[in-house]
Order: sequence, then structure tokens, then C-alpha cells
Amino acid sequence: MIDRLRQPRRFVSWLPFATLLQKEVRRFLKVAFQTLLTPIVTASLYLFVFGATLGQRISVLEGFSYAQFVVPGLILMGVINNSFANTSSSLFISRYLGNIVDLLVTPITPPQLILAYTLAAMLRGLLVGSVVLLISFFFAELPFASPVAAAAMAALASFLFAQFGLVAAIYANSFDALSMFNNFLILPLIYLGGVFYPVSILPPFWARLSHINPMFYLIDGFRHALLGVGDLSLGTAFTAAGLMAAALFVWASLLLGSGYRLRL
Amino acid sequence: MTPALEIDHLSKSFGAAEAVKDLSLSIEAGEIFGLLGPNGAGKSTTINMISGVCRIGQGAVRVFGYDTVRQYRLTRRLVGVMHQEIVTDHFFTIDLALKIHSGYYGVADDRIWRQLLIERLGLGPHLHKSMHKLSGGLKRRFMVAKALVHKPRLLILDEPTAGVDVELRRTLWQFVREINESGTTVLLTTHYLEEAEQMCGRIAIMNDGRLVALERTEELLSRIDGRSLLLYLETPLDRVPDPLVTWNGQLEQDGRRLRLCLPGETAVGEVLQCLAQLQLPIRDLERPRPGLEEVFLQLTGLNLNNNQGGSL
Repeated sequence: MIDRLRQPRRFVSWLPFATLLQKEVRRFLKVAFQTLLTPIVTASLYLFVFGATLGQRISVLEGFSYAQFVVPGLILMGVINNSFANTSSSLFISRYLGNIVDLLVTPITPPQLILAYTLAAMLRGLLVGSVVLLISFFFAELPFASPVAAAAMAALASFLFAQFGLVAAIYANSFDALSMFNNFLILPLIYLGGVFYPVSILPPFWARLSHINPMFYLIDGFRHALLGVGDLSLGTAFTAAGLMAAALFVWASLLLGSGYRLRL
Repeated sequence: MTPALEIDHLSKSFGAAEAVKDLSLSIEAGEIFGLLGPNGAGKSTTINMISGVCRIGQGAVRVFGYDTVRQYRLTRRLVGVMHQEIVTDHFFTIDLALKIHSGYYGVADDRIWRQLLIERLGLGPHLHKSMHKLSGGLKRRFMVAKALVHKPRLLILDEPTAGVDVELRRTLWQFVREINESGTTVLLTTHYLEEAEQMCGRIAIMNDGRLVALERTEELLSRIDGRSLLLYLETPLDRVPDPLVTWNGQLEQDGRRLRLCLPGETAVGEVLQCLAQLQLPIRDLERPRPGLEEVFLQLTGLNLNNNQGGSL
């Protein structure tokens, strides 16, 4: 039996990537109550409050109900939060518990590592976003002006925040520090980025200031794709989002590629 | 024949602290090689540099002739490492974690080999338990299985028996011997020096980041200048008889055992003659073989009552 040790198996170069991707997906499915159900319930509550109750009395965009206006932002909020949470918590917990060494000693390459973490995070983010979209059908009818662009913007947003999650997981020294990224950076930027109101209704100074909020381009672009109207053109939104995603990808690649704070 | 492991002028610093200082050694394929040293000697840092957990400060490491930095995808497949710290992923069971680990190394799961590891390491009854429910000893055995699941040619075991009970230690070492006999080179660290003595063909001793000895185990043991003579007495003595002070006589076990330390040039006959004249109530006599512990203590400058070095 021990002779089996002398029968090495063929090396499959993509298998480390596929295994890590599978493991990451299993990880969030294993705690689906926390990773999928909780954000879906939260988004549903928002939909109920702004769609079925308060939303009946508010109008911010001509030709659309408030529920129609707010749904794209809520979907993207679910996508962004969960993509970020997946990479940031998974990588940080691995660092914190020390089981990151299980990956460091294997032949997995940095691009494989980044891609596996990213795809799992995108899957979780887009899964939450899709369920929120389905639930939103009970509250608002969306015109789906450009469904392909909407899907592309959602994918781009999840990719972008998956990268940001990797960066945060590397820099965070504690769970407290990690939650600060979410509570003091992502959440304020989402709320101030036009989820609940169009930036165009702000006073000129605040409206101009909103243009330096990266979230504005993602949310407005996604809303534009779904409703057919937005403060920005789709081209501008995609260009800005694409550039941000590329910058964060390069940042995450440099960190993980060099082993910064991972390898001693 | 290409060595299994070549360490060439390896150094590593953490800030101002030099953990490994210009370490060079070579391990032949098929050896069981022991790397010993007190806590903080640089053993784990060396292992971390070989396995890729730690970046190499200066120097180079080659596994079966391949550079561990430039050809890391190849060398990491050849190495299986069990780290000293218990590291597990709490999300998965033993069985699933082993399958995952095999995939990380780019090899499809070999069910028969995995079953053999599970069986030989006594993991069978705990296969579907979540990792956080396992005892420390079980986690350590799982880590040995994890290091072997992709069939490495060089197995590195960093304190594999710490916290493992006597019977399991015995079976684990038996298994490591079999693994070695089937062609896998083994590099191990242990603070059970007796185990290192029994298992390793060659032993390197590190202290304060440096290599202080690298010899065949028997040559290392022969370094001890002088030997002990133990006398078991029928009735206890309250003091060492004057003629025996010459041989640094020490009473142990409440005066029931007398230890004499004989310099290399002293003839045992001379000692026996002296004992006969003293007419001591000797029940038994023993000449213990010098152990690795004595060599280790001599080379590292520690002593048994010195807690500075902590565990060995």
C-alpha cells in the first residue's frame, strides 16, 4: 500500500486555482445564513420601507416611482457589500488563523490566487444582487433599458470590490480594523453615492463633490442601464468604473504577488 | 546523485534580529535528517524559507536541484511540510480538507492513498468531524496527513510529535520510517532527542541562527569526552566517600544512587579497585551510553537547569 507513494499523479496546472475557487465557494455556502440570507433580508427590508411605504410619498426622478429609482442602488449595494465581505473576510481570517500557510506552500501562482478569491466573491455578490432583483419585482417594475450593460456594471462593481476586499484584508491588523473599511469607508460612500437620491438634486457644490465618490459612477451607471436615465452617460460611468477596477486590480496584484504581509 | 535539499549560505533577519546566519547544509536523497536546536535557534525560520512561507533573506535553497524561488511551482510540489504551529481550516472536515489540499498541489485526489493516510494516522473515527472539534494530537496527525497527501519526495516535519501521546508517537515514527524506506527524504525537527537519535542518520544542530554541528548521529554521540558510571546501593549514603570525589561523585535518588563522571583517560579497572577497597554496598552497576542530550547541551552551551533555552 505504501508503494502508492511512488506513483505520483500528473500535475494539472489549473487545478490549484479550481480547488481554491471551489473551496471559497464552499466556504460561503457553508455559512449561507450569514453570507447570503442576512444581506438578502436586509435588502428586502429596504425595499419594503422605500418601495411599499415611504416610497409612495417620495418622487425624485420624473417619470419613475421612488421604488423604481431606489431598486438599482439597493441591488448594487448588495453586490458591492458582499463582494467586499467575501474576499476581505476570507483572506483576513486565513491570515489571522495562520492557515494562509496552506496556500503559501503550494504551487498556486499569485494570478491564480487573486482570480480564485475574486471569482468566488463575484459569485456571492452577484447571487445576492440577483435575489434582491427578484424580490424587487414585488415592489417595482423596471424597464431594463440595457440589460447587458446592467449585468456588465454589476460584474464590474463586484470585481472592483473583490479587489478592494483583498487589499483591505492585507492591510487590516484586526477584525476591528477590517470592519472600519466597511463602516467608515464603503457604507458612507454608498449612501452618499446616490443610492437613495439622484446626485443632480444636490446643491451644486455637493453635486460636484459627489463626482469624486467612486460609488457614484457605479450606482449611476447601473441605474442608467436599468432605467434608461442617469446623471452620467453610460460611457462615462463604464470608463470611470473600469479605470478604478484596473487600479485596484494592480494594487491587489502587487500586494499578493510580492507576498506583502503574507510571507514573513 | 542530486541532493534532496541544498541550503547555500542562507540568512534571514527580522528587523535587527538575525534569525538564520549563513547556514549551509545538504541532505542526500533518501536520508532521515534531524535539525535540532533550542527554541529560537532558527530551525522553523529555515523550514519556512525552504517551504515558501518565509522569503529568503540571502542565499539560496534548492530542492532536488531546483531553485525554490525561480522554480517554486516545481519545488513546492516536491515538498510536503508539516509546520510546528497547528494550522487548520475550521470550515471543513478532515476528509474534505485532505481532498482540497491535494488539489492545491495540482494533483487529482488519490482516494486509496488518502484512505491509507487516514488509516495509518488513526484519523478514521474522526473523518467527518469539524476541525475545531479535534484534540491537539488529532490536529497534529491531520497535519502529517496533509503534508503527505500530494506524495512529496521531501517530507519536512517540524515537531510532529509535540502533544501526541506515547503510543501514537511510536506508530507515527514507524510510519515515517516506512515513508522513508519507500524513497521519501525526511527532514525533521523534534525536541525529543531520543527520537532524533533513533530516527536520524545525520543530525545538524543549530544555535542562535548558526550551524554548530552536522555529523552522522553516531559520530555526534562519540563527541562526548568521558562517561558516567552509576552505582545502585543497597543502603543509602549520606555523603560521597572522599576517594570518589576525584571522579566528581554525586549522590542521587536520596543517596541510593551514586554517579561517577569518569574522564576519557580513566581506566574503569582503577575505579572498580577503589570501590572494592571502600566496600560500598553495591547492588548493581550501570554504564549509561552517552546520549544526544549531552552532546546537544555541550554544543549549545545550555544546561539542564537552565531555562533560558526553554524546551530543546
